Amino acid sequence: MATAAIHNPTATHHDEHHDHAHHHETFLTKYVFSQDHKMIAKQFLITGIVMGVIAMILSILFRIQLAYPDQSFPLFEVLLGKFAPEGRLDPNFYLSLVTIHGTIMVFFVLTAGLSGTFSNLLIPLQLGARDMASPFMNMLSYWFFFTASVIMLSTFFIESGPAGAGWTIYPPLSAVAKSMPGSGLGMTLWLVSMTLFVASSLIGGINYISTVLNMRTKGMDLWKMPLTIWSFFLTAIVGLLSFPVLVAAVVLLIFDRSFGTSFYLSDIYVAGQALPNEGGSPILWQHLFWFLGHPEVYIVLMPALGITSEVIATNARKPIFGYHAMVYSLIGITVLSFIVWGHHMFVTGMNPFLGGVFMITTLIIAVPSAVKTFNYLATLWKGNIRFTPAMLFAIGLVSFFISGGLTGIFLGNAALDINLHDTYFVVAHFHLVMGSAAIFGMLSGIYHWFPKMFGRLMNAKLGYLHFWLTFISAYLVFFPMHFMGLDGVPRRYYSFTEFESMNEWLSVNVFVTWAAILGAVAQVAFLWNFFYSIFFGEKSTQNPWESTTLEWTTPVERIHGNWPGEIPTIYRWPYDYSKPGHSTDFIPQTTPLSETMSSNMPHDFEGNEEAERIQEEWNAKNVNNTEEVK
Amino acid sequence: MNLKKYFNLKSLFTAFALVGLSLGQVMAQATEEAAKNEGLGKTVSYYILLFLLACVFIGIIGKVLQVYELTRKIQGKKSGIAWDKFNGAMFAAALILGLYGAYWSYAEHGSLILPESASEHGVAIDSMFNVTLIITTFVFVVTHIILFLFAYKYKHSKKRTAYYYPHNNTLEKYWTIIPAIALTVLVLMGFFIWRGITNIPKDQMASAIQIDVTAHQFAWDVRYAGKDNVNGRKNYKLIGSLNGLNNLGLDLSDNRNNDDLKVNEIVLPVNKSVRFTIGSQDVLHSFYMPHFRVQMNAVPGMPTFFQFTPKITTAEMQEKTNNPEFNYQLYCAKICGGSHYNMKFLVKVVSEKEYQEWLKEQKPIVTEEMKKEYQLALSKQNSVNNQIALNN
Repeated sequence: MATAAIHNPTATHHDEHHDHAHHHETFLTKYVFSQDHKMIAKQFLITGIVMGVIAMILSILFRIQLAYPDQSFPLFEVLLGKFAPEGRLDPNFYLSLVTIHGTIMVFFVLTAGLSGTFSNLLIPLQLGARDMASPFMNMLSYWFFFTASVIMLSTFFIESGPAGAGWTIYPPLSAVAKSMPGSGLGMTLWLVSMTLFVASSLIGGINYISTVLNMRTKGMDLWKMPLTIWSFFLTAIVGLLSFPVLVAAVVLLIFDRSFGTSFYLSDIYVAGQALPNEGGSPILWQHLFWFLGHPEVYIVLMPALGITSEVIATNARKPIFGYHAMVYSLIGITVLSFIVWGHHMFVTGMNPFLGGVFMITTLIIAVPSAVKTFNYLATLWKGNIRFTPAMLFAIGLVSFFISGGLTGIFLGNAALDINLHDTYFVVAHFHLVMGSAAIFGMLSGIYHWFPKMFGRLMNAKLGYLHFWLTFISAYLVFFPMHFMGLDGVPRRYYSFTEFESMNEWLSVNVFVTWAAILGAVAQVAFLWNFFYSIFFGEKSTQNPWESTTLEWTTPVERIHGNWPGEIPTIYRWPYDYSKPGHSTDFIPQTTPLSETMSSNMPHDFEGNEEAERIQEEWNAKNVNNTEEVK
Repeated sequence: MNLKKYFNLKSLFTAFALVGLSLGQVMAQATEEAAKNEGLGKTVSYYILLFLLACVFIGIIGKVLQVYELTRKIQGKKSGIAWDKFNGAMFAAALILGLYGAYWSYAEHGSLILPESASEHGVAIDSMFNVTLIITTFVFVVTHIILFLFAYKYKHSKKRTAYYYPHNNTLEKYWTIIPAIALTVLVLMGFFIWRGITNIPKDQMASAIQIDVTAHQFAWDVRYAGKDNVNGRKNYKLIGSLNGLNNLGLDLSDNRNNDDLKVNEIVLPVNKSVRFTIGSQDVLHSFYMPHFRVQMNAVPGMPTFFQFTPKITTAEMQEKTNNPEFNYQLYCAKICGGSHYNMKFLVKVVSEKEYQEWLKEQKPIVTEEMKKEYQLALSKQNSVNNQIALNN
């Protein structure tokens, strides 16, 4: 590849110091307590995948319960023991499954697995830094996350079972141990795990922000950063501002549970006994939780959108449409995400006037989301689309983002939310927009940057199979759920058998469960492809997707410090694909304008008069030349 | 290879932990349950075999494709299967099937949703819903046609280059402003409907039929306000007092409690405004009556309210839905513990006359026995001394 060789001064500048550092690497420092951002990214990714598979299996368990509420599965009893007496899930354990599925998916997979992987991998590589601002903190961030994961999973092995109050753990259910088995030791461990998790997120976030702000290579001003970096940067800011509020809420809940305070508790009579707590309010928890909780869905979604922007531009061989609008809409989402949390609380007893206010802010946030969608569509228009697996997943994301975003317009409307709140409509909505869309963004990123992580390519055909099965099954699972919500079927119901009116949904439940099983089995294609390709995949070239961004100028061998010699300088924005007048259909960011005289456009010079003059001279000469030839 | 070691160690550890733990559980039960689970192994291995067979099948197809492409390459023809074309065609097919599937789901599942609103405010909600549904369905269909058709039409071809089109400010202005306008319309409509439902004038609040609902794990206690149309005071510390008779914690020093009625079903007169006061004794619950488009959480320590006017009687609704078994229901919609899924309460809407007749049959919530116990407690207390608070 001719272009890849440009500005790769391996031979000329050899950095002695870096070479020296390699000699001291042992297994422990290289693979376990690694401080290399690429290795940490891989650690986050593989832990995230393992957690994702576990959470997916949990979902299949409760889907089977919903489809066959009257049937006994002896296998359940063998595997789960007293959580499934007589081969049927215990109702309390069902709630635990729902809770842990939600917690793992939202936090451990789509927050740490997504941001942790791609922020760590791409921020230094796409900005031209040797590593993160603080590699040690980066390592800590992973090990906090790992510990949190282990604690979260360990709750399956305690007597009273895992936390069961829903992933939002609303008190008093979560605060009063007597109210359900899942609010005993399981909940304590949940809180400990989440505290460690937030510590991990914060350490990571501080690192991402300082790296983006301070460690960009020469020429990489903010408006030359790829949209991935913009989205990781803004995501980190959102996380940094909102996660501490969750910790505060969690600490108060720990006080209420263990030290007899009354932050969230008042006037409670449970298990034949009136509790002494007075003056607290369960609504306070909801405010604190959703002050994180709503930004959290953007923490999940924005990196996925950033990855999609990059993948779509690369594979459509077109610049992303409206780069500035994309950045401004990300900033808009960032700001607005902090003032919409109340839309989770329209009917929870919050002052109804506030409900009206939150409805207005909520629907405003749909505008930047709409802009992003239209810009994706415009990017595809007249493109030359290569359907790599990454591109398929990126297009899938756009589809889910549209569908889930549109159902959000119903839920963001306080009047409509009265009847839709806590029904399957909500389940369908967020599984499309933040579940499926974000997972698709993550998978897209994995397929796209797999060569950067492992130096090999994943099998494309298995990728196609994986995409089409997953895409179809996700819609089959979540589309019908909207109608269950419109029939007033509440979520988190152990079975639909107690209400005559819900019987008509039993057949739909069977259908949904089988679609979910199909989707789960399809992930085997991915897992096989992923782990097999790490060792035996086809060897990748330096720039397999013919991409413009900086990470593809690093050698395939993925060395510590990223570039063997001097860090390359950036001369242009990251989306010069199919620029008219240029010989190839992409121009790397490291190519100076002086080497692309035939394709430069007036706006490339950003008002630099000297450069404009040189270009004009060149144009004049070039026009003369062509005339002479004629 | 070092990397291999890393992967193996880690996966080995995970696998070992999982296997070890599940083995432990299995072993504990193995002896007594061996007989019970006979044949289970067979079933499980049957499914595992089936799955492996599917994997082998996919593997074979993969190999066949690979061999085909390699032979094409050796023969010097351009590479075998045009996967870009294949995926483009898949998007076209997905568009057609997807749109049909969405239509089918709208028709088939859409016919199973709630019947028309049985309350007055619900009519406004339903019309708001329909407007939103039309707008969003339109956008859903149009954007998906664009997305999938673009994917199909602009699939990769070596003959073309993409059109360099980095931005167009006019276009971007349009698709910022148009959604903004559409959303403003929806927000304003929603805002006024929401205020209409939640912001009820004081005099209308007082004149409505007052019903007090108390949720607890896992049932509802409902009382009507009786002649004075005011529900008496409650205090959670009195729950279980009066020898366990006072399960709602009624404060008998408040005389307004004496005419309150205990009911086993909610019966509402048609076209009369009712005001529910909702509370909880233990954890959060949600008072959800979807047929009336009514939902409000039950919060311990803080009463919440919902006022509405039912407009279709149960009998009329049975006719409309063509289902003689139809009944309005009250569900719990907020996760509240193991039996969350089973907090049923019957709701009926009847004519004014039937309502009055039904009301006559209802017994006061403060029974004679409770009054006796209360008097006894009072006299006992007076005889000891007045320092001990009555209620403790």
